[in-house]
Formats: sequence, C-alpha cells, structure tokens
Amino acid sequence: MIYAVFAPLLFAIVIPFLSRMKHKIHTGWLILPVPLLVFIYFVSFVGSGFESQVSSYSWIPSLDISLSFHLDGLSLLFALLISGIGSLVVLYSIYYLDREERLGHFYTYLYIFMTAMLGVVLSDNVFALYAFWEFTSLSSFLLIGYWHFKERSRYGAIKSLLITVSGGFSLLAGLISLTVVTGTTSIREMVGQADVILESSFFPLILIFLLLGAFTKSAQFPFHIWLPDAMEAPTPVSAYLHSATMVKAGIYLMARFSAIFGGEPSFFMLLSLFGIITLVCGSYMAVRQTDLKAILAYSTISQLGMIMAMLGFGTDIAIFAAVFHILNHATFKGSLFMIAGIVDHETGTRDIRKLGGLMTFMPMSATLALFGTFSMAGVPMPFLNGFYSKEMFFDASLQLSGYAGTFVEVLAAVLPYLAVIGSIFTFVYSMYLFFGTFRGKYKEEQLPVKPHEAPFMMLLSPIILVVGVIVIGLFPSLFNNGLLTHAADAVFGAEVTKEISFWHGFIPPLYMSLAVVALGTVLYLTKTSWEKVYTIIPGNFSFNRIYDWGVNQLEAASNRITFTYMNGSLRLYMILLLASVTTITGTVLFISDGINFEVSDVAPVTVHEVLIAIVMAIAAVATIFVTNRIAAILVVGVVGYGLAILFVLYSAPDLALTQLIVETVTVALFLLCFYHLPNLTKRTESIAHRGMNALISVGFGALMLVISISAYNSQFFSTISDYFTENAYKLGGGDNIVNVILVDFRGMDTLFEVSVLFGAGLAIYSLIRLRKNKGAK
Amino acid sequence: MEILMAILASILFATAIYNLLQKQFLRIIIGTVLLSHAAHLFLLTMGKLKRGNPPVLVEGVTNYADPLPQALILTSIVISFGVTSFLLVLAYRTYTLNKSDNMDELRGSSDE
Repeated sequence: MIYAVFAPLLFAIVIPFLSRMKHKIHTGWLILPVPLLVFIYFVSFVGSGFESQVSSYSWIPSLDISLSFHLDGLSLLFALLISGIGSLVVLYSIYYLDREERLGHFYTYLYIFMTAMLGVVLSDNVFALYAFWEFTSLSSFLLIGYWHFKERSRYGAIKSLLITVSGGFSLLAGLISLTVVTGTTSIREMVGQADVILESSFFPLILIFLLLGAFTKSAQFPFHIWLPDAMEAPTPVSAYLHSATMVKAGIYLMARFSAIFGGEPSFFMLLSLFGIITLVCGSYMAVRQTDLKAILAYSTISQLGMIMAMLGFGTDIAIFAAVFHILNHATFKGSLFMIAGIVDHETGTRDIRKLGGLMTFMPMSATLALFGTFSMAGVPMPFLNGFYSKEMFFDASLQLSGYAGTFVEVLAAVLPYLAVIGSIFTFVYSMYLFFGTFRGKYKEEQLPVKPHEAPFMMLLSPIILVVGVIVIGLFPSLFNNGLLTHAADAVFGAEVTKEISFWHGFIPPLYMSLAVVALGTVLYLTKTSWEKVYTIIPGNFSFNRIYDWGVNQLEAASNRITFTYMNGSLRLYMILLLASVTTITGTVLFISDGINFEVSDVAPVTVHEVLIAIVMAIAAVATIFVTNRIAAILVVGVVGYGLAILFVLYSAPDLALTQLIVETVTVALFLLCFYHLPNLTKRTESIAHRGMNALISVGFGALMLVISISAYNSQFFSTISDYFTENAYKLGGGDNIVNVILVDFRGMDTLFEVSVLFGAGLAIYSLIRLRKNKGAK
Repeated sequence: MEILMAILASILFATAIYNLLQKQFLRIIIGTVLLSHAAHLFLLTMGKLKRGNPPVLVEGVTNYADPLPQALILTSIVISFGVTSFLLVLAYRTYTLNKSDNMDELRGSSDE
C-alpha cells in the first residue's frame, strides 16, 4: 500500500525532466497512468467482502511515529475519489493547460498533493496524518499561486495558506492532547479508548482544537473566506483540490473521529450548528456571485456545510447520507467545475453577466451542465444522484431526538427549516448557473472570443463524471454493498445497511423537496426584484474585511517592531547583542549565586610580568585614542607581541611561535591595506553615543572579569587534559602534546580550521580579482 | 598572577568592544583583533598559569602545563588570522568601491 501512496510523489521527482519534452508530447499524457494505476489498485478492494487492511512501516520509532496505513471503508471511498478524480483531472488538464505553461511545476505540485492527500486518508498514525495534512496545504498554496504573476493569485494563495495552516496548528495541538490522554499515536487504538477521551478533562480542548482544524480546512463558516479566493488556481486544480478532495479533508477528519465523539451532545451541537450555518450562508452568498467559479466555490462551501452537519447529526441515516453525498458531490461538482473551465476557455470570460445563450454554440457542454446543475439543485428525477442524498439529508434532519437540553432541542427543531432554506438557495443558484450561462440572450459583443464547442477529449472527463451522476441516479444502490456501507460502517462503528430508493411514498422529506423546487423556482424567476436584499445582508460586512484588516495590522506591526532594531546600523546590532548578553549572563550569575571571589591556588606575581601587562593595557587603551594609522598598527602590534611574550612565560612555546608569526604577517597586512585606506578620523559622535559605547564596553569587560575569576575558582568536573598528557605518546606517537592534540586527537577540528583558512584565502583572492576585472572593463 | 591576567583580559575585552562600536571600518577591525587576543588570554588563564614545563614530553618530567587550552588557542589564533586578513581586504574593497569607510554610510538601501 505504501507504493500506492507514494507512487505520485516518486513520480513527481521525474516530472521536471519529462516536462522538458513537452513540445513533443504533453507532459500530462506521460504521467496519466500513475493515478490511473493507483485507482485500479484501490478499485480492486471494492466488494461486499471488503475487510479493512493495515500495513505498517517504521518511521520514527523513538517518538512512536510510524507510516502505518489503515484502509477501511471510509479511507477506501476517499482513496478512490482522490485517485479517480485525480486521473480525470490530469486528463482534463492536458487540454486545459497550454504547452507553453510551466507544466513541470504544475504536475509536480499536483502529484505532491496526491500523495499527501492519500496519506491523510490512509494514515493511522496521527502525526503522520498531520504531516500529510500540512503537505496538502502546502501543495494547495503552490497550485493556487500557480499563475504567480497575477496579484489575485498571490493573494488567494497566501490567504489559503494562512488560514489552513493556522488550522493545522490547532489540529496538531488537538492530536498531541489526544496522544497525551490515550498514550497512543494510533487512531484505531484511540477509538478503542473513546471512554477515556470523553471522560478526560482535556476533552473540550481536544474537541475545539480538532474542530478548528477541520473547519479551516473544509472552509466552514467563518473560515470559508479562503475558498472563493482559491479559485484563482487553474480550473483543474479547483475541480480537484477545492471541490473534490482537499476541502473534504476536514470532513474526513470529523468522520474519522466520529467513532470517538459520536453521540456527544457538544459534538452534535457544534458540528450541526456550524455545518448548517455554512450551508445557509454559502448558498445565500452563491446567488449573488457573478463569476462562474465563485458561484461554484460558494456552492462547495455550502455543500461541505451540509455534509458536516450530517456528520454532526450522527444518526445512521445521516452518516450514510453524508458518505453518499461525498461521492455524489464529487461527481456533479467536479463536472461543473470542468464545464466552467471549458466555458472560460472557449469564450474568454467567466462573468455570468456577459454569458448567455451558449446552448447553441456548446450543446455538449450545456447538456453536461444541465445534469450537473439539476443534480446539485436536488431536482427530483430518478436519474440525478443529488436528489437522493438531498432527500436523505432532509429525512435525517427530521430524526433528531436523541439529545436532551434546551439549546440542543431548539437546534434540533430549527434544523429542518434551515436545511430547507439552504436548499432553496442551492436551487436558485443552480438554476442561475445553468440558465444564465447557456440560455437567455446571446451577448456576442461582450465576449472576448467567439464561442465554440470544446474538443471531445476535453469534454471526456466531465462526461465520465456526468455518466457517474446518471448511473448513481438510476441505480442508487449500486455502490452500497461494495463501498458505501463499508464507509458508513467505519464512521458509525456499527453495521449500517441502507437501501436507497427513489420513491418513499408521501412522507415529509418529499414535501420538503417539493417545497424547495417550488419556492426555488419562484425565487429564481423573481431574482432581479429581491436582489437588493444583498445590500442589507451582508451589505458591506464581510469576514474578508476582518481577515484583510488583521493581516494588514500584523504586517504593519511586525514591520514597525522589526525596523526599530533592524535599522542597518552595525553599532546598534552590537549594542543590542552585547547589552543582552551582559545583562542576562550577569543576572543569571548573580541570581544563581555563581559569583565567587575567594581566590586560592594562584601563581606568584613577578615584576616583569606586571610590566608587560601594564604595557599591554596601555597599548590597548591607546587604540581607542590614536588617530594616526601607523600609531594604530604599532599599538595593536604591541598588544600582540606582548601576548606572545606572555605565552613564552607561561610554558606555551607553540603558541608563542604561532603568535609571533601571525602577528608579524598581520602587521604587514595592516600596513598594506592602510596604505589604501583613509586615515583614522577623530571621533565625532555625541557625548551620549560615547557614553553608551563606554558603558557597554566597560560592562562587558567587567562581566568577563567576574566570569573569569568565578570560573577559576569553581571546578565542577575533573579535567580531561590528563588524558592527553598520558596518551600523547602512547596513542599519538608524539612528544609535543599540543601538536598531538591538534593533528591526532582533534584532527577533524584542525581539518575544519584549515578549510576555514582556505575559505578565507579564496574569498580574499576573489575580492582582489574582482577589482582587476572591473578595472579591465 | 591569574587575577592580574584576568584583569588584563577584561581590559582587552573592554577596549575591543569599544573599538567594535565605532563607525570606522578600521577601528572595527582593530576591535576584532583585540577581541581575539582577549579571548586567548582568557582561555590560557583558565588553564592555570605557570604550572610546570612546556607540554613537550621529556624523560623524567611529570609536571606539564595544561595542553588543552593551548591547543584551543592555537586553532583560534590561526582562524582569527584568517578573519582579520579577510576583513582587511573587505575594508579595502569597500573603500575602493564606495569611497567611504564609515559604517553608517554603508547601510543598505531601505527597500531591501
């Protein structure tokens, strides 16, 4: 199974090379077999005798993180959607994306996403799931920003990334809490410990964290704002990521954890409430949109809300309907996105106000769109799958009696009405989408391109999806035994069997469906007369404004903060660094009682050493005051040679030798460079500057004094020097201990030291050469 | 003696930092040179001074000066030499290109 998951990713590595020959053959053809094979692999599991499978691979055993893939009914459904729709999208993109586009980038991102998404739905380990989850966000970001030269694309990409990744952090927090509570990282084992989780005091926190993760990913109210902006992505991406798969990751998460949280009143309440709000708001807002893809985006939001609400209901019929609708939504919405892309491709615009009367030019597309939109609207026809799941949704909303509590009861009573309201708007925008684009007056003068039907191969993917819509519509129970019941099982944790049929008799859900159609038709026909309502609700208010304001404020604030200390002045950086080192170290020393002035075991003081020290100190101080270049070199040299003499006195002949050589070369270098550099100037800073400098340097000097004396008097470990003294000859074969340490015991350090020197040499050489070349020009 | 050397090291540290905080490139280089001297002296002092013979094995001698700080310092001297020479050439290049050795005038443009 690991090969199936990672096949797209492995293939993504060679895509850039394949795309080199894109002018001979479109890259899409070369890589189409990959998702197709993965799809066939997963299809082989479908069947009534399906048993869930586990295959585990060790990844980070010390943290109990493994790549263990657990294929149960729910995962299978999603895996089929990911690979199946993925194949269709790749096929479609071959005709959608021109060969001049950066195909290598596009398919690489797409295949990274494919692996990530398969990983999300198959991972049993929560941290592996999280890792894959973030990879889907990342690839979504890259795909939305695919046309990076468009400002809107960049805006949409950043927005989706900010929202989904902050949700991802919340998810991580939730998963960590779950791991802490249950002591396991496996979802299956967590399900086994559902009682422990529900009784834990972390439970509310876990629930909220996970919900935030799921809501941001699945564009639930009020985090839905990123999805319409994500429509800047190429249409195949919108059809794939932002309708069929990635946005359903949140749904998947909730479905997966339903086995733990299912039946909890708070879970029911939050999920149903936000789901239904999303449904109503999404469909309400969709009616107002003028861009085809924006209508579809809001439509996706509202459909996701509907599925989320059904998962919240938690009854067997609701769960089954949710699973069924995941499948149905993928078919009709996928095809609609592709049709929208085709319309855009063939007419040059997606603005529905400019479109109209395209039926005569694009009969195939119009027919496909007819099935798609009517299925989405839930028109009661026995060949439209959307109707079945919609009716089951109504049915489920009427059967909510298992919960006690005032608020919950009120919610349960209101839900059916909200469901109907949401569905009415769904009906309206579906009709608007179809009739506005394909019927009505043809506005030739407003279209940038003369419309014509798309090539057959471009229509193939939506045709396959629409065939799916009709087949499921005609034989609604076709996939039950093999797929859907297993998926519902996995969510519900108990056997769910459900026969789907078109006619149930005169029962309330039928009346609700009829009411939707009747009211929806009326509202659609009178749309122009009530459209003004949008200027009142939502009017100017929008969550986008809050988002934009927040992002702007954050950027401005961080800019302000950053520029106060990153102002380009080296002096300021040094002051900040040194001041913080001095104060923090000093404070810690003081607090931890580390200062120790009780000196013992010191070497005797001799006169010549004192003299040298005094000379060095004077020379060092003099460096601050000299203004003559030669004098400056001399005083620095005095310090260096003084140090060499001290090395001699303190039994360090190697150091003394090296120091003398280095000092001599340095002085020579100084002289060479000083010749070209301007003389030292008198310092012109203000008194305050000088005071600050003096304060910092004296403070740092004092700190070093305290540290050295305290350190001298404290010994926490026995020294390792004796080891070197004893073994220098035995192990290193040398008499000079320092040399043996350098070339033998710590040979690697010396190697790096040499490479540093080599690097410096190269840099110096190139700096000088650079000048010569420039001079030659 | 160690106390005296510690005081000397801290004086070197203080003057090094004061030079580092200046605007002129040359003074900053002088500061780094002094800083490495200070660090070397500091390290040597930590290893205790005047405790025995130079760390070269001689028959019959058991009392050697601590070789470890010496090895560290030796590495450090060479590296600081590399750094100093690089800085000097950099200062020279900077001056020939920009006709300024004042750090405040050498700031990047504000829209970087």
